[in-house]
Amino acid sequence: MHQLSAADLAQRLSSGEVTSVEATQASLDRIAAVDDRINAFLHVDAEGALAAAADVDARRAAGESLAALAGVPIAVKDVLTTIGQPTTCGSRMLEGWVPPYDSTVVAKLRAAGLPIVGKTNMDEFAMGSSTEHSAYGPTRNPWDTSRIPGGSGGGSAAAVAAQQVPLAIGTDTGGSIRQPGAMTGTVGVKPTYGGVSRYGLVAMASSLDQAGPVTRTVLDAALLHEVIAGHDPRDSTSIDAPVPAVVEAARRGDVAGLRIGVVRELHGSAEFGGGFQPGVRQRFDEVVELLTGAGADVVEVSCPSFVHGIAAYYLVMPSEVSSNLAKFDAMRYGLRVGPEGVPAPSAEQVMAASRDAGFGDEVKRRIILGTYALSSGYYDAYYGSAQKVRTLIARDFAAAFEDVDVLVSPTAPTTAWPLGEKLDDPLAMYLADVATIPANLAGVPGISVPAGLVDGLPVGIQFLAPALADDRLYNAGAALERLVGTTTLEEIA
Amino acid sequence: MSQGISREDVAHLAALARIDLSEAELDRLGAELPAILEHVAAVQDAVSPEAGGDDVEAMSHPQPIVNVLRDDVVVPGLTADEALAGAPAAEDQRFLVPRILGEE
Amino acid sequence: MSERSLVPFDTAIERYDPVLGLEVHVELNTATKMFCGCPTEFGADPNTQVCPVCLGLPGALPVVNAKAVEAAVRIGLALNCSIAERCRFARKNYFYPDMPKNFQTSQYDEPIAFDGFVDVEVEGTDGQPVTVRIEIERAHMEEDTGKSLHVGGSTGRIQGADHSLLDYNRAGIPLIEIVTKTIEVEPALAPLVARAYVAQLRELMVALDVSDARMDQGSLRADVNLSLKPTGSTTLGTRSETKNVNSFRSVERAVRYEVTRHAALLDAGERVVQETRHFHESDGTTSAGREKSDADDYRYFPEPDLAPVAPDPAWVEELRGTLPEAPELRRRRLQGEWGFSDLEMRDTLGAGALDLVAATIDAGVAPQSARKWWLGELARRANDTGTDLAALPITPAQVANVQALIDAGRINDKLARQVFDGVLAGEGTAEEVVAARGLEVVSDDGALGDAVDRAIEANPDVAQKIRDGKLQAAGALIGAVMKEMRGQADAGRVRELILERLG
Repeated sequence: MHQLSAADLAQRLSSGEVTSVEATQASLDRIAAVDDRINAFLHVDAEGALAAAADVDARRAAGESLAALAGVPIAVKDVLTTIGQPTTCGSRMLEGWVPPYDSTVVAKLRAAGLPIVGKTNMDEFAMGSSTEHSAYGPTRNPWDTSRIPGGSGGGSAAAVAAQQVPLAIGTDTGGSIRQPGAMTGTVGVKPTYGGVSRYGLVAMASSLDQAGPVTRTVLDAALLHEVIAGHDPRDSTSIDAPVPAVVEAARRGDVAGLRIGVVRELHGSAEFGGGFQPGVRQRFDEVVELLTGAGADVVEVSCPSFVHGIAAYYLVMPSEVSSNLAKFDAMRYGLRVGPEGVPAPSAEQVMAASRDAGFGDEVKRRIILGTYALSSGYYDAYYGSAQKVRTLIARDFAAAFEDVDVLVSPTAPTTAWPLGEKLDDPLAMYLADVATIPANLAGVPGISVPAGLVDGLPVGIQFLAPALADDRLYNAGAALERLVGTTTLEEIA
Repeated sequence: MSQGISREDVAHLAALARIDLSEAELDRLGAELPAILEHVAAVQDAVSPEAGGDDVEAMSHPQPIVNVLRDDVVVPGLTADEALAGAPAAEDQRFLVPRILGEE
Repeated sequence: MSERSLVPFDTAIERYDPVLGLEVHVELNTATKMFCGCPTEFGADPNTQVCPVCLGLPGALPVVNAKAVEAAVRIGLALNCSIAERCRFARKNYFYPDMPKNFQTSQYDEPIAFDGFVDVEVEGTDGQPVTVRIEIERAHMEEDTGKSLHVGGSTGRIQGADHSLLDYNRAGIPLIEIVTKTIEVEPALAPLVARAYVAQLRELMVALDVSDARMDQGSLRADVNLSLKPTGSTTLGTRSETKNVNSFRSVERAVRYEVTRHAALLDAGERVVQETRHFHESDGTTSAGREKSDADDYRYFPEPDLAPVAPDPAWVEELRGTLPEAPELRRRRLQGEWGFSDLEMRDTLGAGALDLVAATIDAGVAPQSARKWWLGELARRANDTGTDLAALPITPAQVANVQALIDAGRINDKLARQVFDGVLAGEGTAEEVVAARGLEVVSDDGALGDAVDRAIEANPDVAQKIRDGKLQAAGALIGAVMKEMRGQADAGRVRELILERLG
């Protein structure tokens, strides 16, 4: 049963062929069977999930009309608050912290009747591209457990790829849904900024963060997108507009006559720094041919400011990080330790000692970098300039979308790399997000769709659409999925 | 602008960010940050006056939102027990924190 | 620096010109906090008016209170400010345990209101009224912090405490910070001008009905910035910032004290330290707080979690129409209606009693009686306890009740003082105090007649004078009766009874 897509499972639940308790138990069994090799989960809530499943079954038996995905088990990245389950953000700082409130995304999942089986592993506070920066050990790629699953949402992606759950929620600040999607052969969507509420999403970079679906099929992603999207009065940046018709688009999946732009700057050519794995470029070129063959009107477009994306991102993001993570100070919640050898330390000393002990290297690196970028005398040169680059990138998108409906690129420059390979080279790690970052900086939506394997490892293709046109991603993504098929893991390697 | 950032600068930033970095961490960040800053400093050229950056507005929100307000109506919050449940220490229905040295 | 080295104020201002700046924080009286729906009631049990947002829990997000924006615009308009067409919130980053997010959501380079003024009136050195224009630099929106209780040590103060206890009920309550431009007035008037400005702001906030504006409860807090420059010089000196001065009188005293302290330092060739200072009610002095340093790098940046605020110009004009009468116009009107002399009016204003007197008159008391109670009996008590009149635990309605008892002949002025004692001590309403303390005047003819007879018998000479037609001598007999009855006799009836017997 664990191999079923969410849509198939939902159909069987609806027809009474299986119960939610059976489906949820199957998910829990699969987690128990394989997660010691993957480490996708930080917390599993069997009791809570089964209770939610039983509730859905009872309501279905009583003839209640239920949401489309009611009864389908799901996993949630450990950066979204959950009543009754710890929310650690992959950090020692929040070890054991159980929030007194649900994030809006989680509340919507509960309201739609999706049993939450657990919380997934992630780079600490979503900072990283490999899930190696989790304080609770790395998640491994089910396609090759000696390799990383991407990050920061490697836990959600690996859990879905390893068929522990059909659905998961990720969050994407610079690519943390899409890049792990590419690495694990899963579908990952970063909705339009403001499309999904950030209330209860523990902020990394407030102006970039966005939660979205992680699934094995494009249709599943659309079904989940519909559950979690929509205006939330508790998030000032939430868009007060109808959710685009994503499910309809995913069912359509037709690129005939669709104008698709290949972004010159995200093509990995030597002119723009290269660094793209030849197999990834080749697979991308094949995909472009397939899309053309299916009737798409594929042209090359130029977005010259995208080359400054990583630089702008690594200023905006750490600046916001330095402020957002100030609240972790050992006073109201979280880890509290005193400095060694200091009797009766002061609050100030305890704060500083706890923040040193509770945060990992990458988090500290970004806090210090952001503190620098915002500090007096440097603000205009760094943070101010980076925010201007965002405007330039948004202008590039606007100009491109005058000519094309969607943009396409490889999601990531490479396939999954071996654990540890980039751990000591932060800049090399940052480059893994070169293709995904522009969408976050401009607030536009993006999807990564699996496009088969290169040397036995999954490759992802990214589509980007204008803000509020998330449906175009699902149409293009579903079309590609039909052309190349889903990328299904047969056996954990 | 120079991307020079010394070990002392890192120590000052760590104090501002209230992180008690070890000597080894100061050494490491003092070595890493200049390389990262050199890379990200590219944004300055991208928006320099020569590059036509003068008329470029800084973007603080991806969407053009304005006047997102709520009515002045009380909504239920947390009980004191819920508020204090995660506290490292509490006393008399208040968060207990170590002695505070300075004043704000 | 020792006390005796202080330079007397009058001497100091012969050599130095004080330069003032005032920052006033006004806590708004909205039902809910600035960025969340928690209630704002004063004095609730600790940590019962909190939620994920104002506790700074991970993941929580702020949403701006529309009523607070409206109040900010109305305050801005009342201060004759321009209202920003578009403004943003910014994060002010610094660590402090009473601030849950370790940044304060405030406004930085884009305040909602800017470039305004208020005119205040003080008594000049020649005794004539002087009007001084105070330029307002900005008024901006921000949020309050929680409250700390320092435990251990002997004083309950921050120094020497073992640990602190935090209550976040106040965290997130909307504040408007009103900042003046530098104020340079005739040196001798500086303390009075500072006081009059804060008193006028309070009057304005009450008239706008945007704040309780209670300095004693901290809903209006003044920071006094002061520096000195040598007379005639244009070079500004180093300033001190005396924080959270909590009465009008203290504002005046703080300015006065800081002038003398700075002058002594400058005279001695010493450096004035740029620092915050604390004012001490007990002796009118200030003591050093935190030194300003380059560590004060607040790393302001636009708040990414909030949308910019762009008040619709039509709405702003609509709000302009709801503004109360300008204070100076209202004062002139009330003075005319009440028939107060210039001096009486200025004393009323100086005591911060205008609204109290007005409310008392509205409750049916004659203007001169209302003025008499607030500026006499009650002002004396406020002075004794070092608070402002508004902070006394008595309302204009209660004062009116006392006056009504007098008018009904049930008590007299002397007994009224005891009634005030009772009301202020929390013994209940005027009626209840009269009953509980047995203060009602005796007008029962039986008891009074006996006392009058005894007084006549004891003072035969006086009685004879009255019989001879010297009716004014009756006062002595009335006094004797009052004394015997411990002030509780109805003086009018006593007089009638005396004249009945001797007339």
